[in-house]
Amino acid sequence: MESVWEYRWNLLDGVFVTIEIAIASVLISVLLGLLGAWGKLSGARVPGAIAEVYTTVIRGVPDLVLMLIIFFGGQLILNDLGEVSGLWDYIEINPFVAGVMTIGFIFGAYMTETFRGAFISIPRGQIEAGVACGMSHALIFRRVIWPQLVRFALPSFTNNWLVLLKTTALVSVIGLQDLVYNANAGGKATREPFTFFFAVLMIYLLLTAISDWGLKRLERKYSAGVRRA
Amino acid sequence: MDIALVFQNWDFFLTGLINTVLLVAIALAIGFVLSVPLSLARAYRHPIWNPVVWAYTYFFRGTPLLVQLYLLYYGLSQFEAVRESIFWVVLKDAWWCALIAFVLNTTAYTTEILRGAIEATPWGEVEAAKAAGMSPWTRVRRVILPSTLRRALPAYGNEVIFMLHGSVVASTVTVIDILGAGRIVNAKYYVTYEGFISAAVLYAILVFGITRLFKYLERRYLAHLRPRESGAKAGGDTPMPAAPV
Repeated sequence: MESVWEYRWNLLDGVFVTIEIAIASVLISVLLGLLGAWGKLSGARVPGAIAEVYTTVIRGVPDLVLMLIIFFGGQLILNDLGEVSGLWDYIEINPFVAGVMTIGFIFGAYMTETFRGAFISIPRGQIEAGVACGMSHALIFRRVIWPQLVRFALPSFTNNWLVLLKTTALVSVIGLQDLVYNANAGGKATREPFTFFFAVLMIYLLLTAISDWGLKRLERKYSAGVRRA
Repeated sequence: MDIALVFQNWDFFLTGLINTVLLVAIALAIGFVLSVPLSLARAYRHPIWNPVVWAYTYFFRGTPLLVQLYLLYYGLSQFEAVRESIFWVVLKDAWWCALIAFVLNTTAYTTEILRGAIEATPWGEVEAAKAAGMSPWTRVRRVILPSTLRRALPAYGNEVIFMLHGSVVASTVTVIDILGAGRIVNAKYYVTYEGFISAAVLYAILVFGITRLFKYLERRYLAHLRPRESGAKAGGDTPMPAAPV
């Protein structure tokens, strides 16, 4: 255990990287999820088809495979494009950007289903009532749709967030110095890999426990006014 | 993208496919068998086993599979007792470590899926079984488990797909699974897309197959939950067409 304590600052740096990746990618995934849900619900043909292909592909291909394609393949495409267009010279995708883009992109598909499900749970009559009261679209969204969208989406969002947090461990494979990467290095240096990885597991448990607690509180706040049996 | 290269190296991908399918199928089979008693212990609040199983599922569901695998494969060699035990033959092998990690992981998830389904058993069914004079064990065997497994089917289908997705971490500890085969091909010919894209396509085909299988199973075993189509003959023995999605 002393060896882990010796590496505490190193591990803490890793924890911060893990949290940064998780938060940056959850923001992207919420944006993509709202867009995707809009695409599926709009009834328009092209956005609907794009959203459908998007969620099907993500469900079909494992996260690490996508991450490697984006990290290595994306770099090649960007450089080929730069060469053809002459707009930019050699660029290197940094693993942070690749990790965040991939995780955001993957969970955007799951968020699409989250928001779509939440939106269709809002009773139509309430939106019609808003129209009948003469509310503008923006006002209906702000006062009627959004509060309930959050309410219905939160349980599934919580679930997605917990899975996303664990998925961030994969960025260590593309060389990003997150918690797992630093622990691996520490474990090798001190020849105590078990101690280090066990510490990592405990830190992940702590992170999931904290976020679970926080999101449950948020859920309670947004469920004010719901009668429970 | 050089497709000929992929076909030239079909044997790598076949090895990868076999390893992935074997690892996932064996892990799911063992996990399923283990999770039935564990979920019963959870659902019936067994005084000793319920907290133990809870701690187990909480630990394995709250941490990344990648790190669980690292702990087994890289971590265990830290202890001399492990290195000198008879289990070392198994534990030093990446394939077996991956299998053990997958079993522990999927058992945890399946246990909680089944627990939820057991707890959702309509109380009337249990009362009817009691009224018919069934012993507690007969009740579980004849009434609770059959309806539990039906109810758990959609969630379990998701778990199967997540297990397949999760199995790619095996390639990080030198197992040649589908992704591992893709990585080898990439490294061998110094290419980028061929290996990864072929791996992605193979995984997508597997997921598509699993989805179809569970659609079929749901149609067959959850037929009584489907909305009845107007004009369909009630009680007829011809299977009804699938409900529009």
